[in-house]
Amino acid sequence: MSIASTPPGRPVTDEVAPQRSDRSPWNWLLLVPIVVVLLVPLYNRVEPTLFGWPFFYWMQLAFVALGVATTSIVYRMTRRSPAEQQAARDAITRDADAGRRED
Amino acid sequence: MDGINVVELTIVIVLFLLVTVLGFAASRWRRAEDLMHLDEWGLGGRSFGSWITWFLLGGDLYTAYTFVAVPALMFGAGAAGFFAVPYTIIIYPLVFLVVIRLWSVSHVRGFVTPADFVRSRFDSPTLALLVAITGIVATMPYIALQLVGIEAILKAMGVEGDLPLIVAFVILAIYTYNSGLRAPALIAVVKDTLIYLTIIVAVIVIPSKLGGWDAIFGAAEKKFSTGAGVILPATGQLGYATLALGSALALFLYPHSITGVLAASNRDTLKRNMSALPIYSLALGLIALLGYMAIAAGTKPIGTDGNTIVPVLFQQMFPSWFAGIGFAAIGIGALVPAAIMSIAAANLFTRNIYKEYLRKDATSQQEAKVAKIASLVVKLGAVLAILGLNPQFSIDLQLIGGVIILQTMPSVALGLYTRWLHRGGLIAGWVAGMAAGLLMVYDIPKLNPDGTVARQHFGGSSFALSKLGFDTRSAVYAGLLALLVNLVVALVVTAILRAMKVDDGVDGTAVSDYTAEREDPTVRDLPDPLASAPPGLDGTVRGRT
Repeated sequence: MSIASTPPGRPVTDEVAPQRSDRSPWNWLLLVPIVVVLLVPLYNRVEPTLFGWPFFYWMQLAFVALGVATTSIVYRMTRRSPAEQQAARDAITRDADAGRRED
Repeated sequence: MDGINVVELTIVIVLFLLVTVLGFAASRWRRAEDLMHLDEWGLGGRSFGSWITWFLLGGDLYTAYTFVAVPALMFGAGAAGFFAVPYTIIIYPLVFLVVIRLWSVSHVRGFVTPADFVRSRFDSPTLALLVAITGIVATMPYIALQLVGIEAILKAMGVEGDLPLIVAFVILAIYTYNSGLRAPALIAVVKDTLIYLTIIVAVIVIPSKLGGWDAIFGAAEKKFSTGAGVILPATGQLGYATLALGSALALFLYPHSITGVLAASNRDTLKRNMSALPIYSLALGLIALLGYMAIAAGTKPIGTDGNTIVPVLFQQMFPSWFAGIGFAAIGIGALVPAAIMSIAAANLFTRNIYKEYLRKDATSQQEAKVAKIASLVVKLGAVLAILGLNPQFSIDLQLIGGVIILQTMPSVALGLYTRWLHRGGLIAGWVAGMAAGLLMVYDIPKLNPDGTVARQHFGGSSFALSKLGFDTRSAVYAGLLALLVNLVVALVVTAILRAMKVDDGVDGTAVSDYTAEREDPTVRDLPDPLASAPPGLDGTVRGRT
């Protein structure tokens, strides 16, 4: 199995991948944490404090959660069907088995 | 310096030996069918599941240097040092869709480096060479910086001389040579366990000893009272936002990040990781505040080396045995990214310089061999750089590294979406962006804490807008301005070349490549049984028989 070092630009098989699209209106959600975090005047102040932390610090740590929430929502909403995900897992297992047999 | 702290040193050495054994064992772990192929050695067989990818990317992106330098920056400069948090928040939504396209097209076409992609997409070996050289030049000082992290803990333990540093890197070099990407993946698990343990204990124990968070922020407020206290001055806000944005755009252009991304087993693994990796950002935010804790504790750095702030703080606050664990976390944390960076730089050299220009008919065995030797050379270069040059020089070089790696953004990141930009336009944009970026950082003076000029040139990456004639005291991140120049030139030159109907080559990729999934027939099935259980679970060590 020396396909691993085929020069760049040459596909392994002559088959083509099915046409898919990675567009989705949900993707726009990803802009929310980026824009909010870059608007520094929004959080550049001391009050209100939380457990002794100035606003500037605890709010930015809270934005971590905002980032996680948006990427998680986009992932869930654009997730493929269970059958397709199973197909991907099967492909990994199949290749793994193939590798083992050749050992 | 009052001698060597034996307890700390013993703990660090024991943990270091543990990861060394792991590093060597890694070559047997999920062993590739043939370790002599470049894909196997350099990308770990390209098949890491969600957990391993999380540890690997986490160890790769949040380096030991970050853990030492960010608190040092907070200690010295206050709120501006906190930019690392917004920076690592916006990365993931920013690249969520982009890295997945890169994973797909790379797995269909067999790309190992960003330059491989650019070569095929834009049909231009020249552009690929520029991307490869940029990647190597930007990565080298980054590797050297990891050594700065190790140096800081050695200094704190009272260990003198260069020998320990050399020993650490020789061991690293040997097991990377031996095990490829598997070694850092396995070691990253140990490193993270130690890092998280240290941070959790630190944020509970240290504030209670210092009289609570009020006292910590109060001390910082007092230290920076001549400025804006613990928040940013009004003129510092633009610089803060642009530095965060520019750094975020740059991070996934670094070859070592791309190496980590391509090692994931499928697209879903990556998407899940984009949601899970911010846990490290949370940790980074807490680590940054160690800088303020050091202010409250009255910590004094060793000599003039601000990077020793965190190690010295640990010594003040923890018993020796636990300080040793914290030091080991930093030291081992340096090995993971250093290993991945040297592998990534070696891949760039082998595929995009050696094979493209020096020896076109290289077999895959020769390729893998050259990659291994190149990774040794890269690490050797990093050690020599640290021993021979002032560490400050590496830090300055790394700042420049961020500025220059950003100049590959139009070809690598935009290239994943559109081929409208002409290869000639991209080359012209790269040249213009590089020139503008270097000119700007050349023009930035380094200031002493009292505001006097310490050095005329290469003093940072924050470019004063007043130099462009704007009537403001604000500054912006030089890399972002250079990228703007790059993009404008690329657009204009593309428009001209298109109007003149200059040939733009043949696209070596297809539209469907960018959304290809793991189960598609076009996606390479790799011989490595990586998806199986971790070592020991199936009772046998697999290897070639």
